[in-house]
Amino acid sequence: MNSSGKKTNYLNASHTLSSWFLTVDHKRIAILYLITISIFFFIGGLFAALIRLELLTPAGDLFKSDEYNKLFTLHGIVMIFFFLIPSVPAVLGNFLIPIMIGAKDLAFPRINLLSWYIYVIGATLATLAIMVGGVDTGWTFYTPYSTVYSNGAVALTIVGAFITGFSSILTGLNFLVTIHKMRAPGMTWFRLPLFVWAHYATSLIMVLATPVLASALFLLFLERVFHIGIFNPALGGDPVLFQHLFWFYSHPAVYIMILPSMGVMSELFAAFSRKRIFGYEFVACSSLAIAILGFFVWGHHMFVSGQSMYAGMVFSVLSFLVAIPSAVKAFNWSATLYKGSISYETPMLYAFGFIGLFTIGGLTGLFLSTMAVDVHVHDTYFVVAHFHYIMVGGVLMGYLGGLHYWWPKITGRLYPEAWAKLSALLVFVGFNLTFFPQFLLGYMGMPRRYHMYPEEFQVLNVCSSLGASVLGIGYFLPLVYFLWSLKFGKESPANPWGAKGLEWEIQSPPTTHNFDEIPVVTEEAYAYAKEDGKHHG
Amino acid sequence: MAKTSDKKSPLQHHFVHLNQQYDASQMGMWAFLITEILFFGALFTAYIVYRLMYPAAFGAASSHLDITLGAFNTAVLIASSLTMALAVHAGHTGSTRGIIKNLIWTIVLGSVFLGVKAIEYSHKFHEHLVPGPSFSFPLYPGAGSELFFSLYFAMTGLHAFHMVIGIIGLFILIGMAAKGRFNQEYSTPVEMMGLYWHFVDIVWIFLFPLLYLVLRHH
Repeated sequence: MNSSGKKTNYLNASHTLSSWFLTVDHKRIAILYLITISIFFFIGGLFAALIRLELLTPAGDLFKSDEYNKLFTLHGIVMIFFFLIPSVPAVLGNFLIPIMIGAKDLAFPRINLLSWYIYVIGATLATLAIMVGGVDTGWTFYTPYSTVYSNGAVALTIVGAFITGFSSILTGLNFLVTIHKMRAPGMTWFRLPLFVWAHYATSLIMVLATPVLASALFLLFLERVFHIGIFNPALGGDPVLFQHLFWFYSHPAVYIMILPSMGVMSELFAAFSRKRIFGYEFVACSSLAIAILGFFVWGHHMFVSGQSMYAGMVFSVLSFLVAIPSAVKAFNWSATLYKGSISYETPMLYAFGFIGLFTIGGLTGLFLSTMAVDVHVHDTYFVVAHFHYIMVGGVLMGYLGGLHYWWPKITGRLYPEAWAKLSALLVFVGFNLTFFPQFLLGYMGMPRRYHMYPEEFQVLNVCSSLGASVLGIGYFLPLVYFLWSLKFGKESPANPWGAKGLEWEIQSPPTTHNFDEIPVVTEEAYAYAKEDGKHHG
Repeated sequence: MAKTSDKKSPLQHHFVHLNQQYDASQMGMWAFLITEILFFGALFTAYIVYRLMYPAAFGAASSHLDITLGAFNTAVLIASSLTMALAVHAGHTGSTRGIIKNLIWTIVLGSVFLGVKAIEYSHKFHEHLVPGPSFSFPLYPGAGSELFFSLYFAMTGLHAFHMVIGIIGLFILIGMAAKGRFNQEYSTPVEMMGLYWHFVDIVWIFLFPLLYLVLRHH
């Protein structure tokens, strides 16, 4: 207790600006990330809104085609590199991993702060690139367009993405070492919360895949700025090599985004069913399986890029295999519900939403890894719908569900439940209304990345734009009531959900060092007693 | 539990004991080096792809590199690994003098390497072998030779950049050693720097034959 009678915690421990910008506390760094990635989420969302506005009508009446090229490029770059990749790991992972394993901080607190600064520098450069003219290559930077022909600020954007990559590498490295070396006594590998397992698998990808993107962007930069031939066919180079290097990172990157959200899901399903997660070991190992398999499927992005047919067949089969560990998770979560005492608070609504959207996204992924089908729907809205179901439907449901679930722990305040339920509903309905029509559009042959389309596609496009408005409101609401709750929300007890886990055994918000004494762990992560459910109202 | 650490103790607040801190540093460094392998790995992949596409051009272009300077630099770098290892050893025995002496030797050898590299680069510049608009390689006018030199500069350039970072790190270590930060119980930073330095050397051990020795067996 400090003099004012309020408990000391990591938020009110000190108030100076430098105590935030020079902090090495993983929880404060998580807050710094939360603020910065939220800004980029709304910037990326603004680009999406403009895209949907343009696509209301078949004619290209709002933007010229090269402006539209910049819009979808910037939407992709901002959302992927500056929001989705850091989202769950850098905010929730950063905040929770040390607490969940009974440690006082990540293994390398200063490197943790460094990775935030690296992120900010990279993001600032990319923002600068937007302001000096933007970039129109698509987020994939395919050569030779990106190196020879594009007039946009390609080099600056590449430098931004390159630098941000190191933030991701350092975060992954920090998590790996922390999970290996900082676990409290008794916290064995198979007592770890599944959230931690998911982040372990994610960190492996961050550490092993991101450097390859860095290298590919480095070569791209050399070719673009110094006119050194590397991928340029005019000098004997091979543009497909760039695609290989790019997707060697960028496919696993999808799992960097989705795995942490799956980790959140495991926590939510156990907590709101008041039950041990079904098949714990399988859920834990399926994260690793997804991470490992994810390294061997990148060629499915290149079925029509002139890659050998036999390579395509192998990549196709390997891509199918990813469905197995993914289904293991979905089935185990569903089985966890069985005979659980389920309650429908907001985080659980997001969890149910996740299952629905992720299942659709996952199953349409099987369509796309079938080569013959892929040739038909390649580069159409079918692909756009598919990856939004995973990367927005999946990742964002997990992120928002997790944010609601741990908000009382992070801030010490309860958010308004009714508003939160409304927003969860709006997000789910709005999302489906936005992206389900895009499956149909793509199947009928509407290509992605055009600002004009034939008249017969208008009805579905209007549905999609309408859905995007609903979705926008659904995403905007949490921003409002989360901020509101900081001042007016009810104070949260240590464990408002009656959930298991070390994070719920310490005060809300935690003290700077999390634990006064390093805890000794004597039970597994989801040791819900049978009768626990009955007490819960 | 961590004691409220007096200024001298190298134990950081969030570790329970020095062994845990040492283990974490070591694992962190190895994990970092693995990321470095993948970082260079993409370049090696590009090298493999293009060498298979243009074997003759790669042979002709490779024969144009200065094998004497390359071999000399290889020897210099191996010697620097020896002095780095001696510095780590001095750290384990608690000899601050030994650390500083050997780190200075490592810096000297590393700088010799970079100096020789600069001489090689300037030769290439005068011979119009730097890829770009002014590139010309009359010995083998077909496609592929420019790619070889692109990769030569990208790979050796990235390697040299790592050397520069390493040398900066060595200077910082000398500063820490001079302040008496290392003793028999604690010389982890020297050891970690050693891992990094050896890694950068090993990269060169691969670069040298791949770039300089493509057709030398004829």
